[in-house]
Amino acid sequence: MHTMSIQRKKIHPHKYSLWIAMGSITMMFIGFTSAYVVKRSQANWLAFELPHIFWLSTAVILLSSLTIHLALKQFRERNMQRYKQLITLTAVLGVIFAACQWIGFSQLKNSGLPLNGPVSASFIYVIVGVHMLHVLGGVVALLIMFARAYRTRIRTYSSVPIEVAATYWHFVDVLWIYLLIFLSIAR
Amino acid sequence: MSNEATLHSQQEVMHGAHDHHDHDHHHEDSFISKYVFSLDHKMIAKQFLITGIIWAIIGAFFSVVFRLQLGFPDATFPWLESILGHWAKGGRITPEAYYALVTMHGTILVFFVLTAGLSGTFSNLLIPLQVGARDMASPFMNCLSYWFFFLASLVMMASLFVQTGPASGGWTMYPPLSALGDASIGSKIGVDLWLISMALFVVSQLLGGLNYISTLLNMRTKGMSMTKMPLTIWSFFFTAVLGVLSFPVLLSGFILLLMDRHAGTSFYLSDIFIAGKALANEGGSAILYQHLFWFLGHPEVYIIILPAMGMVSEVLAVSSRKPIFGYLAMIGSLFAICILAFLVWAHHMFVTGLNPFLGAFFVLLTLLIAVPSAIKVFNWLTTIWKGNIRFTPASLFSIGFVSTFISGGLTGIWLGNSSIDIHLHDTYFVIAHFHIVMGVSAFFGMFAGIYHWFPKMYGRFMNNTIGYIHFWVTLIGAYLIFWPMHYEGMAGMPRRYFDYSSWTSFNQFGGLNQFISIVVILVFATQLLFVFNFFYSIFKGRKLTEQNPWKATSLEWTTPINPGHGNWPGEIPEVHRWAYDYSKDGRDFIPQTEPIGPNESAH
Repeated sequence: MHTMSIQRKKIHPHKYSLWIAMGSITMMFIGFTSAYVVKRSQANWLAFELPHIFWLSTAVILLSSLTIHLALKQFRERNMQRYKQLITLTAVLGVIFAACQWIGFSQLKNSGLPLNGPVSASFIYVIVGVHMLHVLGGVVALLIMFARAYRTRIRTYSSVPIEVAATYWHFVDVLWIYLLIFLSIAR
Repeated sequence: MSNEATLHSQQEVMHGAHDHHDHDHHHEDSFISKYVFSLDHKMIAKQFLITGIIWAIIGAFFSVVFRLQLGFPDATFPWLESILGHWAKGGRITPEAYYALVTMHGTILVFFVLTAGLSGTFSNLLIPLQVGARDMASPFMNCLSYWFFFLASLVMMASLFVQTGPASGGWTMYPPLSALGDASIGSKIGVDLWLISMALFVVSQLLGGLNYISTLLNMRTKGMSMTKMPLTIWSFFFTAVLGVLSFPVLLSGFILLLMDRHAGTSFYLSDIFIAGKALANEGGSAILYQHLFWFLGHPEVYIIILPAMGMVSEVLAVSSRKPIFGYLAMIGSLFAICILAFLVWAHHMFVTGLNPFLGAFFVLLTLLIAVPSAIKVFNWLTTIWKGNIRFTPASLFSIGFVSTFISGGLTGIWLGNSSIDIHLHDTYFVIAHFHIVMGVSAFFGMFAGIYHWFPKMYGRFMNNTIGYIHFWVTLIGAYLIFWPMHYEGMAGMPRRYFDYSSWTSFNQFGGLNQFISIVVILVFATQLLFVFNFFYSIFKGRKLTEQNPWKATSLEWTTPINPGHGNWPGEIPEVHRWAYDYSKDGRDFIPQTEPIGPNESAH
């Protein structure tokens, strides 16, 4: 049975599924941003500046992309201690990112742009909020990886799960950069 | 990713498959792991199918109830009051109940039956079996996909029983009606439950779709190149691609709608008065929702019809003992339909305030769909042309599919023209068009699939006599129901009205409406006969005595009669040829697993 076409599978099915899932998530945000574009071209569009803390959160998520990249590297070299530290750091950075976005929301609210205010502001809450949920989903995935790394009964040597998590993490990072550029330009 | 990692991960997958197989021989699975939270794609397929059948009975029964109202607006049916209570006071359904029934009929049939029940069943069953894989890329995600569907079903079912009734603004859930709880009794908690259920449904579809795509792209057996795959697999592939790309957009539309309902935002709402009171919402646009909805909504009709097309192609080739005509043209036309599906959504919005200039482009793109559709019809007809046809119930339903796809597709050319649509939009002409081309056709494809692959699912045959009765009554009945609706529509009779009897222009159709309603009841009863046949045959049907009852070439018939989890007891067979070598070189059929002979040329 082991002769069964091992050489044919070039890419692990889970990674493949992840790429399709990323395409799917991208479509969701294309849905949101194109709704934004359609709405912007109509009357009563109120333009305003994005909360400045979004630039800080950008720095945080970029940094977390770096840490998860290093975590993957450490995993491959079987430096499990460093690996655990790095994925913990990544998860913490993910939570800080979400917190920054939340502070951004309260800044928006305090400057007279609540969720149920002008449509242009409502869009920021929804788009940034849904993205934030995707980052938190990544944090949950990292927590699972963390628990797995501490398991003593079963040891995993496959780097596929951490590779999948890292790819997803870079994806939400790139997605945020796209959203930030989009929301800054199309105001 | 490094080569080392690739190799490693592959071995893990191999081990997984191996374990499952051994597991099968050592001991029986528990009831829970075998029938409930099963990871076996074949069991998950059956779960989707049976849940779909239950939903289909409910959805079709709803149509019987509202057809009673349309056919016999003055009559009373006391038994209705005993089922529906205050929704049918005195045996006549209320207008609110009518709208709820129509909305739920659409939602249930489009999403729960013809999306989950159709592609959920057959993609799950056939992808691993026909490409030669032991299971899906991720059996766990596949299991989750079903259980998300089950949760969505529970929530939708619950919405039928809340005091204010289920959502009743039409299956498209257009705002502002759906966005404001005060707008109507059917816009209250029913809509929230509808949106939650649909969000769960989208998750289920995405988990399923991811799996279908990565399985059939990655886990094909040795020799199974893309152009050796049966057309069923190609159609499931394009179906999954459409779903994965369009359902998320629908979800974003729903999220905005939920915000409008509960967070006071104004994405879709502007300048609205309810009961003489102006609402604070300003700056929203109801058209925006329609764009987001139909960006899914149109691909959705292909999500429904493509699996049917694939199964019909397969069944027609098998039952006429001929290779499919124009295999590559079939794939090309599926691809063309898949691309065009994303470019025609605004033809649903010709009269809802879309810029008429934009409409012209959408007319052109819409009419372009006629080209790949005609290619497919031509290829089906030439496949059965001069074939040695075996008229099994499956092949009859496939031929019926071609018939309804032609007659329903032609009226699409009328509706696709924005100028003719000014007259025909929202009339019974539209009802007739989409029920024939997408409802009846997709059901015929599904029935063809069920009759054809039932032996693979349960190791028994369904009863043929009941199958023939089922086919003829359904085919004739479907035309008798929907053909007259074209005339009503051309006369301008609008859809979604509760009672036409006080409307002088449409009084003339009173008798016709009665006739349609009577046929609906007969056809519904015949579907119950099919359901009986289905469940009876699971336990008492004629047993299969050979692996390959239809003498088909594809891989699923090389598995044992009742395959375990892992599908093939030994090695997965290697594939050497395409799936359509019928009546070749004086032989009735040559299985895909047979090497190309020295005096033979590959297709």
